[in-house]
Amino acid sequence: MAPLISLEDVSKIYRMGEVEVPAVQHVNLRIEQGEFVAVMGPSGSGKSTLMNIVGCLDRPTSGTYRLGGAEMGGLSRARLAEVRNRQIGFVFQHFNLLPRTSALENVELPLVYAGLPARERRERAFRALEGVGLADRAAHEPNQLSGGQQQRVAIARAVVNDPRIIVADEPTGALDTRTSLEVMQIFQELGRVGVTILLVTHETDIGRCAGRMVAMRDGRILSDRRQAPMRADPSVVPTPLEATA
Amino acid sequence: MTAGTLVRLAGRALGRNRMRSFLTTLGVVIGVAAVIAMTAIGEGAKYRVQQTFESMGTNLLIVLSGSSATGGMQGGFGTQPTLTWDDLRAIQTELSAVKLAAPVLRTAAVVQAEDQNWTTGTVGTTPEYFQIRNWSVSAGQPMSAEDLSAGAKVVWLGQTVVEKLYGAGSNPVGRTVRIKMVPFQVVGVLAKKGQSPMGQDYDDAALVPVTTFQAKVQGGLSKFLPGAIFVSAVSADATGRAQQQIAGLLRDRHRLAPGVDDDFSIRNLSEIASAQEQGTQVLTTLLASIAAVSLLVGGIGIMNIMLVSVTERTREIGIRMAVGGKPGDILAQFVVEALALSAGGGLIGVAVGIGAALLLAHQFHWPTIIRAGTVVVSLGFSALVGVVFGLYPAQKASRLDPIDALRFE
Repeated sequence: MAPLISLEDVSKIYRMGEVEVPAVQHVNLRIEQGEFVAVMGPSGSGKSTLMNIVGCLDRPTSGTYRLGGAEMGGLSRARLAEVRNRQIGFVFQHFNLLPRTSALENVELPLVYAGLPARERRERAFRALEGVGLADRAAHEPNQLSGGQQQRVAIARAVVNDPRIIVADEPTGALDTRTSLEVMQIFQELGRVGVTILLVTHETDIGRCAGRMVAMRDGRILSDRRQAPMRADPSVVPTPLEATA
Repeated sequence: MTAGTLVRLAGRALGRNRMRSFLTTLGVVIGVAAVIAMTAIGEGAKYRVQQTFESMGTNLLIVLSGSSATGGMQGGFGTQPTLTWDDLRAIQTELSAVKLAAPVLRTAAVVQAEDQNWTTGTVGTTPEYFQIRNWSVSAGQPMSAEDLSAGAKVVWLGQTVVEKLYGAGSNPVGRTVRIKMVPFQVVGVLAKKGQSPMGQDYDDAALVPVTTFQAKVQGGLSKFLPGAIFVSAVSADATGRAQQQIAGLLRDRHRLAPGVDDDFSIRNLSEIASAQEQGTQVLTTLLASIAAVSLLVGGIGIMNIMLVSVTERTREIGIRMAVGGKPGDILAQFVVEALALSAGGGLIGVAVGIGAALLLAHQFHWPTIIRAGTVVVSLGFSALVGVVFGLYPAQKASRLDPIDALRFE
């Protein structure tokens, strides 16, 4: 069976006026259904660009990207939006919730674009919020929620349409250690029910929670190895962990 | 996305910036209100012109005698009597487009009451005249055929004359006045008619039977009719036809060879009326066009605010795209927002415009007429303005790159 995600000789080159900046160079990567992959590397290593390509937000300059066996390169912007809507859930560093909009409505958003009727949207969004333990905060707006709660709302939004892949770009970057571990715990639970997770981070301790670690530098994959994941347990926070690049 | 979702979304987005939304719609509100108020005033002016001309008489034509030429000096129309009593009878009986015809003999004469006197236009005419001019008798009795055949010394006084002789609101029926020293019994008072389009007071008149007029007030030749003939056509459309028929008839009767000038003239008041109406119509259109320009300016205001809004909400657009919003969805969202602004403004504008028109009508006693068509057209136009001016900002939003949009601070 074909892998869920398959990148073959993928490059992405940005053009800044006359200068060409290669962000990702000749990357080959295969990820099977249900894997929890951490992509690590310093800033400028191209990990975010790679995530944008996998998340169908961006198209590679060269090479082929297949998602579930289907080539993504030639799809129109509208078709890519559909793929994102049905197969991919995003979690961002700065949460990216709609301001002055309730948690429930934020979670509903992907279902709005999926064309679901209002009642079904509401029910499913509420269940997703329950899943991240925020059922009692459904009517709260983002500015009434803590950072960790906001990120959990964002995760509920990412999973509400039952995607096959969750792409998380530095999801713990704006959170303290304890809430970081809470968020990682949720990801690990999602991984257990078969959701494929791609996590971009530059924090080693966060990366250790994944079952596979891909290290990047200067747009190339430096190493790619499987590891025994560390169990994220927010109840055991010994000393403040240092977030170093 | 369904239409309902889009509308709710737009309502929410505009509700978040209530003051700004209100100020943005203001341009459209003023535009639509101005269009509606202006056309209401214009229509009112047109109505007033129609009323004025109708007060002169229904479908009225006036036939005047020709001019006299004395030693190379051309007199005005009516100076040379060319119309005859037989002409009048022929116009009355022979022409299909003519409903009624009446002679109008006029002279200025002093009317004396017991202790007052007043010089007024004394008119000798027939009962048909009252119908032709839509002029009723407010007190007393109307002119009858017997008054005419008997040459009765009876008079109908206009309101102004009554006022001057007896004071306002008095009823002089039954009293006696002297016209050129001849006693006349006042048998009726004419209903108030107001002013002519040229400002002449219709009510400053005394009417007597034409037979009495000739016998007692101002004699004349028995054959010629020393005045004008008032004619009413069978309908408003028939005035032109009546004019042609009368001209043809009179040329025949006066044996005018082809190429010879008419020895009479016919004034078609419907033509003057329609020219006046066209004048007010032009004015109305002009006013409405100026108002429509402000509607356009309102549209530009909407475009401006929508552009600002798209920039402000770049991140929102990025989020929507990331979770599956297609470019078309984003486009629709912003177009509907612009549409809601302009259509909302249009609705408020209609209310304000109607209010302003009613207020004007009430305060200045100016007739204002609001037509449903104007309301529908200006509403439709404001909606169109929203779509046209909303399209560019919406397109800009839909073409954003989701990654750039998400990174936007």
